[in-house]
Amino acid sequence: MLRIACPFCGLRDYSEFTYGGDAAVVYPALDADEDAWHDAVFMRENVRGLQSETWHHVNGCRMWLIVDRDTLTHEIVGVRPAHPEWANVIATETGREKHEKPQA
Amino acid sequence: MSRFSLWSIIQNGLNRQRGWQRQWRDPEPRDKYDVVIVGAGLHGLATAYYLAKNHYVRNVAVLEKGWLGGGNAGRNTTIIRSNYMMPGNREFYEHSLKLWEGLSHELNYNVMFSQRHHVTLLHSPAARDSAARRYNTMKLADSDAEMWDLPTIRKEIPHLNYDNARFPIIGAAVQRRAGNARHDAVAWGYARGADSLGIDIIQNCEVTGVVRENGKVTSLQTTRGEIGAGKVGLAVAGNTSRLWQMAGLGNLPIETHKLQAFVSEPIKPLLDHVVVFGVGGAHFYISQSDKGGMVFGGDLDWYKSYAQRGNLPVVQDVCECATSILPCLGRVRLLRHWSGVMDMSMDGSPFICKTPVENLYLNAGWNYGGFKASPASGWYFADLIANNRAHETVGHFTLDRFRKGVNIDERGAGPDPKLHG
Repeated sequence: MLRIACPFCGLRDYSEFTYGGDAAVVYPALDADEDAWHDAVFMRENVRGLQSETWHHVNGCRMWLIVDRDTLTHEIVGVRPAHPEWANVIATETGREKHEKPQA
Repeated sequence: MSRFSLWSIIQNGLNRQRGWQRQWRDPEPRDKYDVVIVGAGLHGLATAYYLAKNHYVRNVAVLEKGWLGGGNAGRNTTIIRSNYMMPGNREFYEHSLKLWEGLSHELNYNVMFSQRHHVTLLHSPAARDSAARRYNTMKLADSDAEMWDLPTIRKEIPHLNYDNARFPIIGAAVQRRAGNARHDAVAWGYARGADSLGIDIIQNCEVTGVVRENGKVTSLQTTRGEIGAGKVGLAVAGNTSRLWQMAGLGNLPIETHKLQAFVSEPIKPLLDHVVVFGVGGAHFYISQSDKGGMVFGGDLDWYKSYAQRGNLPVVQDVCECATSILPCLGRVRLLRHWSGVMDMSMDGSPFICKTPVENLYLNAGWNYGGFKASPASGWYFADLIANNRAHETVGHFTLDRFRKGVNIDERGAGPDPKLHG
């Protein structure tokens, strides 16, 4: 079973999470042309290897995470909050370490 | 190649079984073929067979990176049905079911096709209404369909949980001509048939590159040398995106997910039907093999993966489904479980179509349903490759249907590949 190190809760079992999708997908502006929307909604690179993807810690802190995972070996090499601004609010209130803005 | 017949069985019975020949050759790849099919699974082998049989195209090679029938052909629950409602799907799968009905005779190879009924359990009046709509539509498309009430299903399948199920069974939607078949025999039958028509099946030959010149594919680089090709057909479920990117074509409306299946230890005859259970988030299908093992499966693993192995929470979910509808299985031990990687498409329907490259053709996106589709998939893919135009039955299985807004979304789940069960 996969185990994901949630930055808020620590190492947790896969069964606490739900998979979102490819984190490389960015929705275009609402008035962007049809091609841009078609590609964002329907087209996928379908990476075989290291991919950034979104996961929801739905049975935990309910925060969205970005997980760097190998789709062939299932090895997880990095986990970070998808919304660092919210993470920083939590960090400020709880005195935890602040998170950097995600790269992707 | 010798044909199987009563006479050949008697002859070899008297001859200590020494008269049988190899079922297919193991040829060295030639420099060039008129058509190269990538992937010797059920779809690739069926395509090669029908290219030779229906269209007299015989200078054909089928390339396979492992052994034939070693991918999803051997990693499914062998269910065959045509209970589809959407235009585009229903004619296609009905044709496939008709091909299954004659397949053993066609191939002179017993694929053990057993029309043991496909029984979808119903648990609420809403589900019954929805099934009635679907099954009436199937009847209008000249397929067979019927609804069973509770007394009928109790009589037909007495072991289901009628007493204390969380979701009580109120009836079933049934397709009598549906059933299952022996998956290996289908791969071997098509391979033998294609080989006897002169087609080269080249195993242990992985495609590593696609060579393009002037907008056309000229050859494929493989682990057994470069192989020239007049036309190329891709039938590599699970790895379609990789080949697509090797050809320099970018992204596809496909994600690769893995689906597990299970078999129990053999037990005495218990279940004569294919039974499907889907309510309250459950998704489960079960039948009993001729050897006695209970063969069953459920949902995919919910995250994208190219690994041909499954995760344990799904094992638990599927086994919970099994014991909830067939409590008598509670003490039966699991023998094996396996996982295949599938093309999950954005609307749950497949692709049999031309591509932006003139002589490259695509067969992909089979989701949960590739096994039952394989005869018709090969039939229409061969037709597409030979005639360079799609037959109207598969005219909607194109890559640009999303752009045109003509998605074939049987389940109505929207553009999220993992949701198309």
